[in-house]
Amino acid sequence: MKIYGVAVLAACYLTGQLLGELLGYFFAFDGNIGGVGFGMLFLILLGDFMKRKQWIDTESESGIYFWSGMYIPVVVAMSSIQNVQAALTGGWVALVVGIVGTLFCFALIPLLSRFFSESKQD
Amino acid sequence: MEKIQQLLLKNELVVAFLFVGIIMVLSFQISKKLTRGRIPGAAIAITMGLVLAYFGGKKGIADIPVLSGMALLGGAMMRDFSIVSTAMGASFTEIRKAGRVGVLSLLIGISAAFFMGAIIGYLMGYTDLKSMVTIGAGACTFIVGPVTGNAIGASSDVIAISIAIGVVKSVLVTILTPVVAKHIGLNNPRTAMIYGGMIGTTSGVAAGLAATDPKLVPYGALTATFYTGLACLLCPSFLYYALQLLVGSR
Repeated sequence: MKIYGVAVLAACYLTGQLLGELLGYFFAFDGNIGGVGFGMLFLILLGDFMKRKQWIDTESESGIYFWSGMYIPVVVAMSSIQNVQAALTGGWVALVVGIVGTLFCFALIPLLSRFFSESKQD
Repeated sequence: MEKIQQLLLKNELVVAFLFVGIIMVLSFQISKKLTRGRIPGAAIAITMGLVLAYFGGKKGIADIPVLSGMALLGGAMMRDFSIVSTAMGASFTEIRKAGRVGVLSLLIGISAAFFMGAIIGYLMGYTDLKSMVTIGAGACTFIVGPVTGNAIGASSDVIAISIAIGVVKSVLVTILTPVVAKHIGLNNPRTAMIYGGMIGTTSGVAAGLAATDPKLVPYGALTATFYTGLACLLCPSFLYYALQLLVGSR
């Protein structure tokens, strides 16, 4: 049943959020530290484990894939509810950071590539 | 007329489904017909969302009563839930396949984007720590920015900026990849894996590699899929503290 998959996803999500909150509390930090990242990590581990044990079938999995297909639409909805009027005063930041940041990462690729090919020859 | 409005108000979430569906159809048609797939439909759709938000108020388009369901569909709960779901399908065997090269390029790629973004943000007047972190996270992808911003309690306008940064990156990566491929040696699986880990914005990486050499797509996508998750983990925690050490609490 699809809801099994959704329930597994919900369990991973909640555990991740809880861990994020606890870490935030532990470090006296006003917020959630990495809850989403932990949730994803749990889902990778649990999904892999359950597949190997054949505890989860394609039908249940499709419940999770439905939500992963909803990811871009949800992000579109999220961007439509931001305070864009206020953000426009900083519109240049978006362009400059987007462009310079991306070019910087591109420039690092050949360096890394060379580093790895050299270390392989050792 | 009033009856219709009442009906829409009562079914706000369903109205949001319909509304986002329409935005998606339009965006993907524009992507296919006007840009020949060169600019990903997802990037157009998110840009459209940001443009629409301009016509609303503090809560963007959700300030228009019949569209208040957008706040539910695009709220933190749904967003984080659907992002976590994208981890399904990534397996540990694949992580092992990517190996040391993949992990290192992911770590370097995320840190490079984060610090570059935070520094430029600082230079352009966003000098408080929370804004710098959110802008740095936005330089990773359009997801990492808002997830991080929400987690650390940044203001909505800075979060909107971080989304816009991620969209600029996604579009730029798509257009630029085929152009610079030769210069950065992007013609083999290993460089494609490094590229995926360094750039990370999945839609941009997949579209850019497809235009460069379709055979390289799975290698780049392999590392790129882990980028958002890892960055969502690192930006509000480790990288936040690293930046705090550098600039102090402000």
